Amino acid sequence: MAITFQPSSYSGLVDQDNGMVSREIFVNSDIYAEEQERIFTRAWLFVGHESQVSKPGDFFVSSMGEESVILCRDRQGEIHVFLNSCMHRGMKVCRYDEGNTPIFTCPYHGWSFATDGALVGVPFYKDAYHEELDKSQWGLIRVPRMTNYKGGIWATWDPNAPDFLEYIGGFRTYLDILFDGWDGSEGGTEIIGGIEKWMVPSNWKFPAENFIGDRYHNISHRSVDLVGIGPSGQGRRDNSDREGAKSLDVSFPERGHGTVMFLRPEDAQPVASYQNDPIVADYFYQCEIARKERQGELWRILAGPGTIFPNMSFLPRQPRSIAVWHPRGPDQTEVWRWFLVDSSAPPEVKEFLRQYYIRYSGPAGLTEQDDMENWNYAHAASRGAMARRHHYNYQMGMGYAVTDFEDGGLKLEGTVLDTTKARAGEQNQRGFYNRWREFMAARDWDELATWRKNGSAC
Amino acid sequence: MVIANDPLAMLLLKQDVEAFLYHEANLLDDRRYEEWLDLLTDDVRYWVPMRRNVKFGELEREFTREGQDINWFDEGKTTLTQRVRQILTGVHWAEEPLSRLSHLVTNVEITEATPGADDAAEVSLRCRFIIYRNRVATETDILVGRREDRLRRVDGGWMIAQRQVFLDQNVLLAKNLTFFF
Repeated sequence: MAITFQPSSYSGLVDQDNGMVSREIFVNSDIYAEEQERIFTRAWLFVGHESQVSKPGDFFVSSMGEESVILCRDRQGEIHVFLNSCMHRGMKVCRYDEGNTPIFTCPYHGWSFATDGALVGVPFYKDAYHEELDKSQWGLIRVPRMTNYKGGIWATWDPNAPDFLEYIGGFRTYLDILFDGWDGSEGGTEIIGGIEKWMVPSNWKFPAENFIGDRYHNISHRSVDLVGIGPSGQGRRDNSDREGAKSLDVSFPERGHGTVMFLRPEDAQPVASYQNDPIVADYFYQCEIARKERQGELWRILAGPGTIFPNMSFLPRQPRSIAVWHPRGPDQTEVWRWFLVDSSAPPEVKEFLRQYYIRYSGPAGLTEQDDMENWNYAHAASRGAMARRHHYNYQMGMGYAVTDFEDGGLKLEGTVLDTTKARAGEQNQRGFYNRWREFMAARDWDELATWRKNGSAC
Repeated sequence: MVIANDPLAMLLLKQDVEAFLYHEANLLDDRRYEEWLDLLTDDVRYWVPMRRNVKFGELEREFTREGQDINWFDEGKTTLTQRVRQILTGVHWAEEPLSRLSHLVTNVEITEATPGADDAAEVSLRCRFIIYRNRVATETDILVGRREDRLRRVDGGWMIAQRQVFLDQNVLLAKNLTFFF
């Protein structure tokens, strides 16, 4: 029986009341096609970092959903994002990954575009077009909305999408921890050269929900924890600063974003970390002191992995990095990984982090190799006619979250599940799929900006 | 440091080096990882860069840089040993059950022999590899590329002092790199 999905179908596929999600949304190609329309043309998507296009003419070819886009700094120094497809016959105008160019010339018929996307050259313009072609109408398609937030470049195809900061809402606190310097200085980060790109045979939502708050999958990483690749020689990360901390899962279900974090006790002080190297250890210790000074009680937040709906995930501390899960069909995800360091960190620190990032992350990373094995075979084993009749279970911790979390005078926005005793919960995943359902069903951003109707703060 | 002035010595050296490379490949394919580690010098450098699409004339930017950029691998013996230890835990799910691997090594060329071909203490070589990996039921990866090795003679046998691997892929088509090149 062919299944047709109407907007109303999605509430059955994501059963909020019972904490269940249909496997169809991961494996069904019709739903996948709908996602490209309803999610990836409307949501804010991460495109790249300004440090990748630091000089006029610098470009970095990125991806928004399935589609190739060019992130480019024009001759005047302004940053643009446009569709990497010639307006004449669709050819990819740039097939390089990055570089510097005065112009993008299409290799098919030779239309050429300036670094701001404007059509500036058309072969036979006089003779064949009789100078009647209005070049101003045929520049590369620019994203209608783009923002540079603390160096991160984001874009959306929907002109009616809310401003990026409204889209992020209270989740900004956690995004700031990613992009600010370790000492809390605003936007003090840069990308290390080399963006990891690789294919994972799994639906893009598997990694997105894993990063949003899956504390339950420690068994995945048993082997790396036994080996000990962390920056102090043990485990996969430093955990010394979690002494006495609460484990909190923070979700913004009306937006779909979420993160896990640890909240240090009120009287916590900076502790030693990065013990494998005294220079690095001292750098981070000094940064922690400076940040505590600068941020006061917010310093208590030890941010962990998170996801910004739909497909940008990040690790704000160890290893400090961004992952984007580009959809490539229901069964394939192309993962791109950016790695961040403090711009002002001494060379020894950058080098130490670079080595740690490499051994932790990506297809050759001792930690993440095991994640991909799980996403691969969880997806594969969910595709069958029988398997997809059964929903995944997301019931962990249902009914235990609060919306008015406060600890020692520190109030946290969002829906907060205390997992200190429980050790794991799935409210962040439920929040993600709640938002997924809304995106799939809503007609436009008037419907999607639910927080405006509810009168809650943006 | 030369080549070619003594063809017979070169032939013997090449034979010797190839025998070593095949032996090494067999250790990896036979999952004798600890014995493989014993073939690496303590100061070994193991580098597998990522590979960009760049404009003609900018090929010096094609590969991510050793010691500066993010690379697939850019490490020494400590991390390589950790990789082996991880496989040997038996709970490294990406290699549990273990993959079936075949390393094919071909197009071997000696590019430098010091001090000479007949008494080489160190040898640089270039070769091509095909790594066939098959795991679980139908999962298959084929990785092809160029390798540049530096071998050092220690106690009468060869050891690997440097390995550089230039993969013929941009977006890596394998979901992971849980094996050694």
